[in-house]
Amino acid sequence: MYDVIIVGAGPAGLTAAIYARRASKTVLVLEAKAWGGQIINTPDIENYPVVAHISGADFANELYNQALALGAEVKLEKVIGVEDLGKIKKVRSTLAEYEAGAVILATGSENRKLGLDREQELTGRGVSYCATCDGNFFRNKDVAVVGGGNTALEDALYLADLANKVYLIHRRDAFRGEETTVDRLRQRENVEIIYNATVTALLGEKRLSGIEVTDKITGGKRSIELKGLFVAVGRIPENESFSALIDLDQAGYAVAGENCRTKVPGVFVAGDNRTKEVRQLVTAAADGAVAATEAVKFLNA
Amino acid sequence: MAIREINHGDFEEVVLKSDKPVLVDFNATWCGPCRMLKPALEQVAQERPDVVVVGIDIDENSDLAEEYDVFSIPCLVLFKDGMEADRSVGLIPKEQVLSLLD
Ligand SMILES: Cc1cc2nc3c(=O)[nH]c(=O)nc-3n(C[C@H](O)[C@H](O)[C@H](O)COP(=O)(O)OP(=O)(O)OC[C@H]3O[C@@H](n4cnc5c(N)ncnc54)[C@H](O)[C@@H]3O)c2cc1C
Repeated sequence: MYDVIIVGAGPAGLTAAIYARRASKTVLVLEAKAWGGQIINTPDIENYPVVAHISGADFANELYNQALALGAEVKLEKVIGVEDLGKIKKVRSTLAEYEAGAVILATGSENRKLGLDREQELTGRGVSYCATCDGNFFRNKDVAVVGGGNTALEDALYLADLANKVYLIHRRDAFRGEETTVDRLRQRENVEIIYNATVTALLGEKRLSGIEVTDKITGGKRSIELKGLFVAVGRIPENESFSALIDLDQAGYAVAGENCRTKVPGVFVAGDNRTKEVRQLVTAAADGAVAATEAVKFLNA
Repeated sequence: MAIREINHGDFEEVVLKSDKPVLVDFNATWCGPCRMLKPALEQVAQERPDVVVVGIDIDENSDLAEEYDVFSIPCLVLFKDGMEADRSVGLIPKEQVLSLLD
């Protein structure tokens, strides 16, 4: 039995662990993949107060070591369910079952998939969710970016410097992202923007060789030969395992106010998987502090 | 124990001609998820002496990355008798690395 079990060892979860340990509570953090969360994907963080520049991997390791040094226990196990038994919460992982007085859900978010046939199979074989990570493999090749937000626009601009040709495929007739980025893209000779269209099939046997694009207005289909498809259609919160326990909004975010309390007493939510306006490291860390403080208050009551 | 890094010079000897299965970790110094995968690989190497675990920097060995269709890293490729037997793309926990070996 632990005082607090934290699900997810991203910035929110590990910050919560630090605060709960400093309040002398026993803490178990359960993490599905690797400590650090999404931030490990970026080489450059430049907006975290006091730290002018740090890589995502260093940020993750420093934070992890800080939580460990304070006595938090971290296990690499994916949580598949949390049950509320009043004073006790049961947390089930892929390997074991644990009990805690309070639970903090800090599971963040993951890349939204297109939902196409063989998407998983072709991931890493032409389909990618990270242009800055994988762009280099497509030097002087033809690639496409799907999406209409800032990430998609920035990915297209980044790839335009590397690739032979970049198709930017957007399902609407205008972009949601910043106008200046859109203008810069329009000036690139090797960028072709395809509006009102969706990717409807992935082509190729062992590796991606092309895509089928469907025009949403005419219904017409065309095939485009290319080597890389970069998917930038947003992120989705990882809350499916808790949908029976707490309230989720339409987009799947865990409903909780600034005090990080869910409708279940003793179950808190912290970080990117919570309903809120700004999803950044500093707000994830802030949530971790608040959720842990609330959990300690709940345990001491 | 650090994972041994190999390159195109010794690839054939270490990977293709190996008697034991070889788990190759295609990675790059700038790749965060690759760095996060390393501790798990080190543990696997320790627990499974029947398997050889090596790393390949894709920036210095782009020919090997191309030959083996590596388009995303980290990418783990398991070789048995010189042939690809299995692969996994992206950061995965240790248990999943182990299950790749069986
Ligand atoms: C490429 C990129 C660059 C970014 N750059 C910046 C930046 O420069 N500055 C900035 O402030 N923010 C940046 N962000 C945003 C920042 O990374 C997030 O806001 C922050 O990581 C959110 O932290 P979190 O702890 O809420 O969630 P996450 O970081 O998503 O961590 C959640 C953790 O929970 C784990 N998990 C999920 N489900 C389960 C489960 N069922 N059981 C166990 N564990 C589970 C996940 O594996 C993950 O490790 C960037 C994000 C990306 C993707």
